[in-house]
Amino acid sequence: MAAGGERPSGGARSFPPDLADSAGLWEEVVVEAPELLEGGPVEEVLGRLDRELVALHEVKRRLRELAALLLVGRLRRRLGLETASPTLHMCFTGNPGTGKTTVAMRMGELLYELGYVRKGHLVVASREDLVGQYVGHTAPRTREVLRRAMGGVLFIDEAYNIYRLDNERDYGQEAVELLLQTMESERGNLVVILAGYRDRMERFFSDVPGLGSRIAHHVDFPDYSLGELMAIARLMTREHRYRLSEEAEAALREHLRRRMRRPGFANGRSVRNALDRARMRQAVRIYEAVRRGRRLTAGDLFTIAGEDVEGRGLERGGARGGRGR
Amino acid sequence: METREPSRPGGGQGLRITQGTFSYLPDLSDEQILAQIQYGLDRGWAVSIEFTDDPHPRNVYWEMWGMPMFDLRDAMAALREVQRCREALPDHYVRVSLYDPGLTRQTTALQFIVNRPPHEPGFRLEREEGHDRVVRYTLHAYAADRPRGERYRGDGRG
Repeated sequence: MAAGGERPSGGARSFPPDLADSAGLWEEVVVEAPELLEGGPVEEVLGRLDRELVALHEVKRRLRELAALLLVGRLRRRLGLETASPTLHMCFTGNPGTGKTTVAMRMGELLYELGYVRKGHLVVASREDLVGQYVGHTAPRTREVLRRAMGGVLFIDEAYNIYRLDNERDYGQEAVELLLQTMESERGNLVVILAGYRDRMERFFSDVPGLGSRIAHHVDFPDYSLGELMAIARLMTREHRYRLSEEAEAALREHLRRRMRRPGFANGRSVRNALDRARMRQAVRIYEAVRRGRRLTAGDLFTIAGEDVEGRGLERGGARGGRGR
Repeated sequence: METREPSRPGGGQGLRITQGTFSYLPDLSDEQILAQIQYGLDRGWAVSIEFTDDPHPRNVYWEMWGMPMFDLRDAMAALREVQRCREALPDHYVRVSLYDPGLTRQTTALQFIVNRPPHEPGFRLEREEGHDRVVRYTLHAYAADRPRGERYRGDGRG
């Protein structure tokens, strides 16, 4: 566009290659940005994230930053200032049960609202889904998963398991190569989120050259504190339309405090499991009480009492072992 | 997204094969193919890609390019397979079939050609004199004179 000609309009897609020459001219062009105002769908997804997830302040802050970047990117793109689609592949690190999958799901919704993916669904995959059993089995399998995830988010849990450095004949190598290639070529169609423990993920990145550089956003999910775990428990009971009695809350706090120090503690997932077991104990308690001729009230049905929460049974539960309990 | 130059209907010499939906229209661009596949996916249809180099109108069972694709959400995944197939078999016919698994239908709901050889030489009509002055007619594709896989290769005009 010739300088000094007619005034450029907001919708113009013809910016001069060197913006510095005509910067003054563009200062007067007003751009409509309804997305940035309150009440948009993006705001709604972020709000839901805030409400549904306890703590994780750092994660939420990162997501807000990303949303802002993408929103402004979209405005710039509308004006023709930005052409290439940004790299959105992410890496979520953290211990089990810290909310990685949930955030990935919200991520899909967020990217869909922002118009960076066409569908925004979440496909969860792990090594078994990607790596084949014999020669020539891996590529079709991996490709199939990638196809299903197209237009949405591919969430690879414990991504480092795909690649086994100690076995050079492992087919994981092939899956990783295909994944890398697709992450590069389908940047605009597919967002890959790799998740897992932090230290093992870092080793994975150093083992596979070219992977780290294709991932733009690293988000770390910290463990929850006891207070945060209790907040999660309250949120979950409310969701299931139960109420924790005061003794139940105290018993649960004590139970979690002890569980937290044990190996295999899975943060939010452990809370959910503890509550699931409490619900079952409550049901058994009510069932037996009614058969013994006790009168049942509506309050009984939604109250979890102190005796329902696993406390003394911990030793028994511990002996049975099992991860994620 | 790259788009392909739509060829003119009946363009060049020879005979343009018409089979499936849209075949009387100019060839679909990738963008149009994407939109058609997405239409099917949004209705829960399964996508498959088939190819052949036998242009006979009775040749309805084509070779499959990979497995049928179930559980797709985004048509881009299918389009990428179309592109891979085209690249591997540029001188073949390639078509996309969308299968409707709905109880009342359970059949191919939409099928259209997404790639054709650069030059389609067409058919000749063959007459066969039978007994009692009976004359039988049959179609013979010029391309079918050459072995499978080479029928449209190096046609000179392609």
